[in-house]
Amino acid sequence: MPATAARRALFLGAGAALTLALPRRVFAQAAAPASAPPPSGPFTLPPLPYANDANEAAIDARTMQIHHDLHHAAYVNNLNAALREHSQLHALKLEDLLAKLGELPEGIRAAVRNNGGGHANHTMFWGVMGGRGGQPSGELLAAIDRDLGGFDQFRTRFEQAANTQFGSGWAFVTVTREGRLAIQQKPNQDTPLMEGGRALLGNDVWEHAYYLRYQNRRPEYTRAWWNVVNWDSVAQRYAAAKAGTLTI
Amino acid sequence: MAFSLPPLPYSTNALAGQGMCQETLELHHGKHHNAYVVALNGLIESKGLQGKSLETIVAEAGKAGADGLPVLNQAGQHWNHILFWQVMSPKGGGDKLPGGLAAKIDQDLGGLAQFKEAFKQAGVTQFGSGWAWLIIAPDGKLKVTKTPNGANPISTGEGTPILGVDVWEHAYYLDFRNVRPNYLDNFLNKLVDWEVVETLLKQGGLKSEQSA
Ligand SMILES: [Fe+2]
Ligand SMILES: [Fe+2]
Repeated sequence: MPATAARRALFLGAGAALTLALPRRVFAQAAAPASAPPPSGPFTLPPLPYANDANEAAIDARTMQIHHDLHHAAYVNNLNAALREHSQLHALKLEDLLAKLGELPEGIRAAVRNNGGGHANHTMFWGVMGGRGGQPSGELLAAIDRDLGGFDQFRTRFEQAANTQFGSGWAFVTVTREGRLAIQQKPNQDTPLMEGGRALLGNDVWEHAYYLRYQNRRPEYTRAWWNVVNWDSVAQRYAAAKAGTLTI
Repeated sequence: MAFSLPPLPYSTNALAGQGMCQETLELHHGKHHNAYVVALNGLIESKGLQGKSLETIVAEAGKAGADGLPVLNQAGQHWNHILFWQVMSPKGGGDKLPGGLAAKIDQDLGGLAQFKEAFKQAGVTQFGSGWAWLIIAPDGKLKVTKTPNGANPISTGEGTPILGVDVWEHAYYLDFRNVRPNYLDNFLNKLVDWEVVETLLKQGGLKSEQSA
């Protein structure tokens, strides 16, 4: 199928660029990718930074496609729709919108929380996957040893947070400016950004993230997920967090 | 006595022609609902639930707020799914409602079309996991409402459900993927057994007959 092949090539190209210029590419939310349709609001859906089957070791290509092209796209569209009549907010970055939910007009607060949160979470999610698992190294591994009891204990605790989030939500590792790590679970599309914090990484445990392959077996999904974590990307996020340049 | 998973009132392939495939029902009843029952039974002793009816447990857990959530998640979901299986049937669907129910919906909710629209809206706008409901409110009037996760109108004190639809993604992902509005249309137009809803209206709601 030519269309699929073309899109795949584009994603692979984007993936190559991602390794070199992650902070700018992934986090510049207002910049529309050249191939995207004209934006109907301040935010656009970033293309997946790799092919749909890049995470096959944990997530099937069909799930990736629906998750990105339909679920994530809906969050972006709904966020733009919520902001359409509020042009005074269009210059705000996503992380600032989410950190100031309480100051937004009441009529759009829930929509920005749900859809802005969904947009930020999924953008981060694509960015920390596409890898081959393994282990982090260097400064990041040292921080995991120091704050989370080592890599093995960290994974167990993170899986537990993901598995016990009742209903829809996320498990996160949060990171401070000082590089301190902690595990957090959040319902729905809430994110540490809503407390002015930052997520180093996060795993989506809405059922749409795993139902086609794992059905009710969420723990199998959260265990397999490590196979596709891109620790190079996560290390770049860690460095960015300490430099104060991690945005979402 | 412990809680138990009631058998489906129809076979797992009985609704396949009405938009709910066999695999959905096998998983939803045999895995998801069953897991809530097993988890709830595991809480009976530690939470001191012995001898209480499922309805009492749900109401008390709801009143307890955040502290009640571990029990509410499982007990609410047990109750919710018991109702859900009852209100669907292979004979379901259509717009011919029994007289008493039709008149009550006309009187309290502005007619069947308006009710369906309100019910669908409640389901579409329940962000994340949860349920949409048709309830008998304390003033005796019918009302449409929604609740997140495992909560229900008994736990919130809003009233007594006579119809409920599960909008957790597991309820519709195999049949409708991300398109929740189509699942809700299908539920209202093809799956609801209005005779059962009328019976529940007359009885003043579902009695689960389950207790710890
Ligand atoms: Fe998601
Ligand atoms: Fe369910």
